[in-house]
Order: sequence, then C-alpha cells, then structure tokens
Amino acid sequence: MINYLKSIFSGIWALMQGMYITMLNFCRKKVTEPYPENRGKHQPFERFRGELTMPHNENNEHKCTGCGICQMNCPNHTIKVITKNITTEDGKPKRVLDQYLYDLGSCIFCGLCTQVCPQKAIAWSNHFEHAVFDRSTLVKQLNHPGSKKVENPVVAKPAAPAAAAKPANDAPKDNNENKN
Amino acid sequence: MLELTGIINWIHETLMANIPASWLVSLIEYVLIGAGFLALYAVLALILIYFERRICAFFQCRLGPNRVGPFGVFQVIADMVKILLKEIISVKHIDKVLFYSAFFIVIMGSFLTFGGLQFARGVHGADFNIGVFYLLAVSSISIVGVLIAGWASNNKYALIGSMRAGAQVISYELSAGLSLLTMVILAGSMNLSTIIEEQADAWFIFQAPIPVLIALVIYLIAGHAETNRGPFDLPEAESELTAGYHTEYSGIQFGFFYLAEYVNLFIIAAIATIVFLGGWQPFHIVGADGFNAVMDYIPTWAWFFGKAFALIFLSLWVRWSFPRLRIDQLLHLEWKILLPFGLFNLVLMAVWVIIFK
Repeated sequence: MINYLKSIFSGIWALMQGMYITMLNFCRKKVTEPYPENRGKHQPFERFRGELTMPHNENNEHKCTGCGICQMNCPNHTIKVITKNITTEDGKPKRVLDQYLYDLGSCIFCGLCTQVCPQKAIAWSNHFEHAVFDRSTLVKQLNHPGSKKVENPVVAKPAAPAAAAKPANDAPKDNNENKN
Repeated sequence: MLELTGIINWIHETLMANIPASWLVSLIEYVLIGAGFLALYAVLALILIYFERRICAFFQCRLGPNRVGPFGVFQVIADMVKILLKEIISVKHIDKVLFYSAFFIVIMGSFLTFGGLQFARGVHGADFNIGVFYLLAVSSISIVGVLIAGWASNNKYALIGSMRAGAQVISYELSAGLSLLTMVILAGSMNLSTIIEEQADAWFIFQAPIPVLIALVIYLIAGHAETNRGPFDLPEAESELTAGYHTEYSGIQFGFFYLAEYVNLFIIAAIATIVFLGGWQPFHIVGADGFNAVMDYIPTWAWFFGKAFALIFLSLWVRWSFPRLRIDQLLHLEWKILLPFGLFNLVLMAVWVIIFK
C-alpha cells in the first residue's frame, strides 16, 4: 500500500518535471529562421557547407599549389585542377595553377577536399543561395582571374615549393593512416 | 452590454413581431440555433487546429504555420479547402452501409454534446435536469462510430485500432463518470444551469479544493484518453497502425474524423470548465465587491472560452510532453490507479459535503 502510493506520487512528480522541461522549451527562443524576411541578416552557423571557395588575400593571391589532391579525393569528379608550366624569373620551370574548376551541380558537400588540402587553400563559405537559370553557370572557376600563388608561405620552404609541399604533406597523412 | 443574450432576445422579439404564427417562429428559431451550432462547430474546429499546430510548434522550438495570412491564421482555411477537394477513394470489400455511416455517427456524437453545453449566460441549446448524465451519454456515442469504422474497413490495422479505442474509451468512461458524479454530490444537482449558479460566489475548485482537484485531474486524464489524443493515441498509433481506425478513409471522410477529434477536445475542456471551474461565472471573491464588479465587466462568454482554452492548452502541453503508453500500461493506469482514486474521492467528497455544507 505504501509502495503503491509512493509509486503514484513519484510518478506524478516525474510527469511534472517532464512538463516543466517542455514548458522551458515552449518559452525558449525559436530556432526557425523566417528566411526571405531576414535575408542578409541571417547568418548560418560556422560549419555550414554552402559552397567551396578559394580565399584570396588583398593582393589577389591564393594558397593553392595545384597539387590536385582535392581532385583525386573528390568522389564525384566535381573538382578539376588545371595547371600550367611557367618559367620563374631565375629560369626554373614551375607548375602553377591555371584554372580551379568547381561544379556546384555535382558537389555532394562531403568536405573531403578541404580536409585533405595540404595548404588549406580551399574553404567552405556560408553562401547558400545557389539557384540559377542555367546549369552551365554552376561550374565556377574558384581562382580569381590574374591571381597567383602567395609567395613565402608561413613555413619556410626550399626554392621549389610546389615540389616540396607534396612529399612534406604526404608524410603526416601516411602517419594518420598508420595510426588508424 | 457585450452579452449575447441581448442579440438572442432581439432576434426572438423581431420574429415574434413580424410573424403571426408562433409555431413558425419556433421553427425558424430551431433552424437558426442549428445553423449557429453548425457554424460554431466548424469555426471551433478550425481555431483548434490552428491553435494546436502553433502550440505544438512552440513546444518543439519551431514557429509553426506563419505564412498564409497574418500569423498564418488562414492556413487552416486553406487546409480545409484542400481536404474538401480531395478525391474520395472507394475501397473494395468493405461493408458499405457501415463504412459510409461511421463518420456521421462520430460527428453526431460530438454534435449532440454541443446541444447540452452552456456557452454564456443564457446561451445554450437545451437545459434539462439530467444535463451531466446527458453529456456523459451522448459523448460516448462517437466510440460506436469508431468501432464501426474499424470493423467496416476490412483492414487489420483499422480493426486493431478500433478495438484499442473501444477498450480505452470503455475503461476511461468509468473514471470520467465517477469524477463527474463526485461533482454532482457537491452541486446537489445534475442540471447544468443549477451547477453553474451554485458557483456564483466561488468556483467549485475553491469551494472544496482537495476533492475537486483530485476529481479534476482524474477527469482531465480520462477525458484526454477518451479523445484518443496525446499519450493515449493508441487507436491511431501512426508508427504501428498506419492511421488506426481511419486508415481506409480519405478526403472529407477523414476530415470528419479529424473534425470530431478536435471538437471532442473542446467538449472535454468545456465540460471540465462547467463542472469544475464555474462555467461562464466570473472570478469572484466573497466580500471584495469592487473587484467582483470589475470581473463582471468581462462578458460571460469570454470567461467560458477563456477557461476552456486554458484547459485545452493544458491538454496540448500534456500531449506534446509525454510518450505514448503501451496498452497494458494504459489499462493499468485506469483500473489500478484512476478508478481506486476516483472511488476514494467519491467517499471523500460525500464526507466533505456532510461536514462543511
């Protein structure tokens, strides 16, 4: 009899706690974004994968070496890295990025490209308004016209950064694989 | 002032002055009352559906329908038009007579209950000496419609759903009836207008707080179960039974079930308001005449609908808080908890009435 009453009152207490929690939710700020009204003011959260971008600094320089790791890792062949060979001022041949083509229409936003990029040259932006009238406009060139690779990267490298960067960054990747 | 009795009397006097035959006046008035109830029925269902969708959204940290019209109030009208235009799919191998009469029985049950309710001072369809008994009786008719719908659909989900509904409603009718009986002891009458007059000075919940509160909680739980909603929605448990007893219904036939469900929600809240919370009586404190006069300025229909909607909010709060019960838990709750408490409360109320009245 005591246990019967005790179970009932503890049950009522538990139910009231549940109702208290739902009432807190009721009074909380709503998460719904009234989208077209707050256009421009609305800021998606940090990790939101809107579209792939290649950040350029104020001198129109990017960090891409044209190594093509992102292209190899892309499951949908969304990324196409086109490189060209130029001769530097001191007479050495060098491979640099010509066009970085990104097809938004076939991207699945998996994020493998940004994970594997050794230079952190590409990043996700929060821009999410992708609607266009023609499918061909979805293929975007990410490097700005006339841009070039930023010289003197943070880690000092030997004379040929493009050649040095690849093995230097393949090594830690292999280490990770071994660990896993 | 803002009371509805003025309009009703004006209509009556205008008809009496212009139409010689008194039987014709009565006929016209009956038709008007019927049309008024139908309009109230439809409008209430629309308001409740909107209310439910918004409240549900708020409990889930969403905004709910807010696009069609200001704050989305025309969303339900758009939905109503949609459901009216939908195709009615004719099902093979069904019991046609029963299948096509089931939803009318469900609607009829809740519509008959409307006739017995008192919405404001002097605004009610019928007022007779067994009002509480009548409400209990006719509000249980809709379960017959649910059972028929499940049987006639020739569908295992529908049959299981309607059988569950039958077990559930028959069980919980007992508790609802017992708690209303408790209140009848306190009021000394089954007549709804007498019950409401008794609460002019203080609502029943303030006259005898302990037994009335127990009875109110039991009635709300039982009423909630009778409307097949919230944690007691086993008859239409969508994750196990598709849609339960109305699986085979489409278009406006399903719309009728939907309508009846929401109006039953209002009916339970309205009965609880009348019997426990003073119906349309304003909130009065004995002795504080100034305060009472201010309260009297609020029209009685506003008091009634305000209290009813407060109870409906409580019901929605419960619905969106708790997970669905299993069938054995459901029956355990009724037969081992609510019913003993209801019987105990009946005795408690009798003792209370002998001592304090």
